[in-house]
Amino acid sequence: MYQPWKTAKPYFLAAPQTLVFLMFLVFPIAMIFIVSFWQFNIYSMTPAFTLDNYIGVFTSGATLPTYLNTLKYMVLVWSLCLAIAFPVAYFLSFCIQRESLRVLLFLVCTIPFWTSNIIRMISWIPLLGREGLVNQLLLNLGVVSQPVEWLLYSDFAIVLGMVHLYNFFMIAPVFNSMMRIDRTLITAARDMGASGWDILKEIILPLTAPGIAIGSIFVVTLTMGEFVTVRLMGGGQSASVGKLISTQIGSVQYPLAAANAVVLLLATFALVIGILRVVDIRAEL
Amino acid sequence: MPPKTQSMPTQTTLDPVLSPAAKASTPPVTGLVAAGVSLRSVTKRYGDFVAIENVSLDIPAGAYCCLLGPSGCGKTTALRMIAGHETVSGGEIVIGDRPVTHLPPAKRNTAMMFQNYALFPHKTIWQNIEFGLKMKNVEKAERSRRVDEILDLVGLAHTAQRKPNQLSGGQQQRIALARALVNRPQVLMLDEPLSALDENLRVRMRSELRKIQQQFGLTFIQVTHHVEEAFSLSDQIVVMDHGHIEQIATPTELFNKPASQFVAKFIGDNNIFAGKVINSIAQPNGQDLIELDVAGIGTLMCRGVATPNGSEAACSVRPDLMHLEPSELAPGSMLGGAENFNRSFARITDVELTGYVTRVSLMLEATGQPLLYKTTTTGWMQANLQEGDRVAIQWAADDCVFLPY
Repeated sequence: MYQPWKTAKPYFLAAPQTLVFLMFLVFPIAMIFIVSFWQFNIYSMTPAFTLDNYIGVFTSGATLPTYLNTLKYMVLVWSLCLAIAFPVAYFLSFCIQRESLRVLLFLVCTIPFWTSNIIRMISWIPLLGREGLVNQLLLNLGVVSQPVEWLLYSDFAIVLGMVHLYNFFMIAPVFNSMMRIDRTLITAARDMGASGWDILKEIILPLTAPGIAIGSIFVVTLTMGEFVTVRLMGGGQSASVGKLISTQIGSVQYPLAAANAVVLLLATFALVIGILRVVDIRAEL
Repeated sequence: MPPKTQSMPTQTTLDPVLSPAAKASTPPVTGLVAAGVSLRSVTKRYGDFVAIENVSLDIPAGAYCCLLGPSGCGKTTALRMIAGHETVSGGEIVIGDRPVTHLPPAKRNTAMMFQNYALFPHKTIWQNIEFGLKMKNVEKAERSRRVDEILDLVGLAHTAQRKPNQLSGGQQQRIALARALVNRPQVLMLDEPLSALDENLRVRMRSELRKIQQQFGLTFIQVTHHVEEAFSLSDQIVVMDHGHIEQIATPTELFNKPASQFVAKFIGDNNIFAGKVINSIAQPNGQDLIELDVAGIGTLMCRGVATPNGSEAACSVRPDLMHLEPSELAPGSMLGGAENFNRSFARITDVELTGYVTRVSLMLEATGQPLLYKTTTTGWMQANLQEGDRVAIQWAADDCVFLPY
């Protein structure tokens, strides 16, 4: 018997996400792609097909340093996130025996997301500023004689802000990977004479690789497009591609911004594809 | 799904490899020396909970020993303690002539095979087997030689470059075995090695395990809750319950002479009668003729080592050793002139033909106690009895085992 509802049901279930996807992702990106070929002057932009915007992007002296600076942030944030997340995830999944405590501590990791990131960053000014608590402490302890300038409005502050924001995106998938590791594998390795270091290197690290890859995709894509943290924590001194694009939008150079956005998108894609080539994440899906 | 096949009586499932001729023709693999294992008053406590209480056990070198018992009886804990994956709260463990109580697993010359095989999913079969040798810093050429040798031996050389999930359950099990054996242990521990397999494969792998054990001449210690498995594999069965040993015996002894009510029940289908000892006639061979007073039935006669008159005890008779006859026949007529026998009346409540064997459920007239009678299906056809019939059941005192507790 033909049951139309049974046939249609899966499509109904998938429809909302598909529509959201089409309307708010595919369509706008297609628009950006189209606009990136338009012509513009100070007053208006006109539909056309010109590569001038791309030529502008690639010939501008600001492009390469901006991209390099963005990559620098990305590499720093990514490696710090991994360096912090791996031990935390290891602790949560292997050292904590009680399930309830594990859930509780995992929730603790999400606390930064309970307030908006702008509020959190503003709240750092009295902590990291020239007259802030950290400087007061260092001065009083005699560690430094002048207030440390680079705590706020610096690359340090930007990286700190981003690590703080995105660390959890690394912790969660790495933790998830580790929780899936069959504990008897570790017993078996120990039975065959593996030391703690061997077990980490031969068993835990390879089996956690898919989680690290997924976390890396999150962190890399998020940092590549960053502009809020760069603007707030960099104090106008530092550049990133995201900030460059937002500046261009501010000065109504939409086609140029669009061309930059397409280039950034492709660069990020390339990074993600690179990650996927190194690690097979299928085990995690 | 295909209908579940009935397990066959053990004698029909004997693999040809188990025949004495085959045994003699497979030379033992060199480089392996079996060692005996002794537990001396071993105890394991988790806080207030006692998982293993004062267990002493000697497993001879080269024996196939099964730790048998229900889940939670402490058999897995005992195995893990021997392997070194569980600390010992008291007592001593000796392997060969070396006390190993506080040695790490890798220093005990044991190897463990896990219930789910614990093959490393990200490594190839070859790398899985090589792992232990690599950890022990065996030289590369030697590693490669030994891995190839053992892969050949289990007949899976062609799977060397595959990942574990590309292998069938039976193949994975053989790889797990190879991975354990390649380290040349003196004792191999197996934690429920067959429980992940389906019924048919289990019977096949069972005989394969036995074959490999004989070929290598190693001491195998296996944990199982499966009675048939323990019977078919073991030289020595250790029945455990609540952290202590109920009986250590060969399969034949266990089958014929369970030592306690727990064992009689656990090995299955035995008919047990609880009562009080009222009289016993001592025999020099430990086969005292004991009279038990069982409420509602009267006096039952059984054999064993007597406890004092008045003590609580029980007796057990195997369902295939009882005799059923139409109730009007004279007592003892079917027991071939046995001198001492027990007799009671029962009604047939159910007849179950399971293939070669027919299982007949009975209800004892005097007490309502359910009993089980087993006979060959052919024998049952000839008996010409059916559900609802009133029958006399008889069994010889010689077939009735005295259970002191």
